[in-house]
Amino acid sequence: MNRRLLPYLLLAPATLFLCVFFAYPFLMVAGEAFSRDGQLTVANFQDMIGNWKFPATLGNTMLLAGTVVPLQLIMALGMASVVTHLERGRGAILYIFAIPLGISDLAAGIIWLAIFEQSGFLNSLLTMMGIIDKPIQFLGYQNKMTIFIAVLIAELWRATAIVMVILVAGMGLIPKEYNEAAEVFGASRWQRFIKVTLPLLRPSLQTALILRTILAFEVFAVVVALSGTNFPVLMGETYHWQFELQDRNVAAAFAMLILVISIGFTLFFTKALNVPKEARI
Amino acid sequence: MRKTMRLLAGAALALGFAGTAQAQVLFWSTQAKPVQETQAMRDQVLAGFSGKVDYQPQDDGPWLTRIQAESESGTGSIGVLGALHGSFLGISDDLTDLSGVDLGGVKVNANYMDLGKLGSSEQKYLPWMQATYVMAANKKALPYLPDGADINSLSYDQLIAWCKAIAEGEGSPKCGIPAGPKGLKHRFFEGFLLPSYTGSMVTKFRSAEAVTAWEKFKELWQYVNPNSTNYGFMQEPMLAGDVWVAFDHVARLADAINNSPDDFVAFPAPAGPAGRAFMPVVVGVAIPKTAPDMAAAQKLVAYMLQPSTQIATLKATNFFPVVDVDLPSDMPPSVKASGDAIAAMSGSPDALPALLPIGLGDLGGKFNQVYVDTFERIVLGGQDIKSVLDDEAGQLRQLMIDANAPCWQPDAPSDGPCPVD
Repeated sequence: MNRRLLPYLLLAPATLFLCVFFAYPFLMVAGEAFSRDGQLTVANFQDMIGNWKFPATLGNTMLLAGTVVPLQLIMALGMASVVTHLERGRGAILYIFAIPLGISDLAAGIIWLAIFEQSGFLNSLLTMMGIIDKPIQFLGYQNKMTIFIAVLIAELWRATAIVMVILVAGMGLIPKEYNEAAEVFGASRWQRFIKVTLPLLRPSLQTALILRTILAFEVFAVVVALSGTNFPVLMGETYHWQFELQDRNVAAAFAMLILVISIGFTLFFTKALNVPKEARI
Repeated sequence: MRKTMRLLAGAALALGFAGTAQAQVLFWSTQAKPVQETQAMRDQVLAGFSGKVDYQPQDDGPWLTRIQAESESGTGSIGVLGALHGSFLGISDDLTDLSGVDLGGVKVNANYMDLGKLGSSEQKYLPWMQATYVMAANKKALPYLPDGADINSLSYDQLIAWCKAIAEGEGSPKCGIPAGPKGLKHRFFEGFLLPSYTGSMVTKFRSAEAVTAWEKFKELWQYVNPNSTNYGFMQEPMLAGDVWVAFDHVARLADAINNSPDDFVAFPAPAGPAGRAFMPVVVGVAIPKTAPDMAAAQKLVAYMLQPSTQIATLKATNFFPVVDVDLPSDMPPSVKASGDAIAAMSGSPDALPALLPIGLGDLGGKFNQVYVDTFERIVLGGQDIKSVLDDEAGQLRQLMIDANAPCWQPDAPSDGPCPVD
């Protein structure tokens, strides 16, 4: 076996897989987004943007991603710090934190629906404790804010663990010496976290943020389960155009928009949290 | 010796296969898709047929693809087709004339027989079963009925007054519409609300009468449980007690009525100035020209229309008979209740049947979306009725032109695409 060829041969199956299941479908979707009845056109994008629901859809998705991701980052940093500093029971805590990861997003949506709906657990609990006389309609169409909060809570519960797992791994890679040195010079816990841990965690933060932001723009099942069509998001509209309105071209246009946004954020995080090669641990 | 045995066994096997292939009629259907219904179709409905039937339910897409492929190739294995009225329109030329089939003296609903001609002189399909949408109420709501109102001939104004009285009496709105993502609200707007005021589903979409219809609906909406935008099947909130008065497809109310038959009543949809509009869902059976065994297929079609089969079908699928038949007393309570409501609705003097959209093909989803968008913008978004109707009418007009779909009942027949005034 030619040693120079070996790496390429080993990469070939994965490359082939990506070409068949990613590149090819991507090209097909891109083709559909920019054509209609065989004609090259931007009409699909005009239809998408011209739809009366589009501003709300884009706004909701941005709002959700813009709230969920920072909150998750803060929570995950806290959780990861706790887990890293634990002397005993570290594995157990990590597993408990990661339980929601094992649940499909639709199932997560349904769990939270059972909590928030009119005759759900939250209303029953509040009624039982005598705080309210009759059920509150958390998920009614006129309570956009409570729908948003419900989706936010469900998303935080469901997907914070993935950020945490990445950060725990990253924190494990930071050599203890840096922290100990800072401690010797009298840095407080907070100062050590800000000045030592965070900067050294940049590569992991970058991975976590890119992954989580892309997922945030693909949020779908949780929103559908909790809000139906009351809180339209980009992925939900893509599904709606594809399967209910049976217009593949406009659905493809939505998919392209999500792709562009995802690429934009990926580039931003790659640049903003860049760690030069020579500065890596 | 051994060789001869093997040969014989092979021949016997081949004969056996040939035998089953001949005797079994493939029933290719878009109906009774849920596993339980499919099983009931096989075990209870088709078991009584003298020949063998292979009942195969399919989604509309694969259903159509296979029948088109078979008719293009000129040979097929499908014996009998079962589908909604609208599904047969696209394959009208591939269906045999069923007017010669001996039904053994069964009296079939004449309106539906007419529909089965699909505008030709041949009987393209025979009506098989029907369903529609009705209203259902918790008996606790009945004392709130407005004075002088007869539940079997309500008007929209009386319904509004009723829902208002319940909301005021109980402290929270208890009327319900299946306005969730999986709910059939569009059917309510297309086949009930709008035609009741305008006598039309498409042509008078933005007329002054349509504006009135939406104003009335907005008025009603004040007394509708706001959670309606999450409801798919009204039987669920009705059983939970969140909703007392609801509109939905009979099959989507059945669980509530069957679970506590003494608590619920079913009744006809309300009437507006133009009549008591309702949307019947007609399912038919047809035979493709490529059927492998025409005689067996015709026998099966005739069997499907026998009164006893119709009752078995009703039990299996909750779809109602299209032939004259006395319902036995051992029917599930939902069937009894909705059967009476359907009879009262279709038999009322002001009845105005509004058919499911026809000839839209894969634009059906967008057609429904026009009505759903209109609802979301006017009622949920609070936008101006007239300008929303003008805007959505433009979409509707374009859809009709793209689909090149002529008008269907209750709109007057049109040459070319159905116009939107």
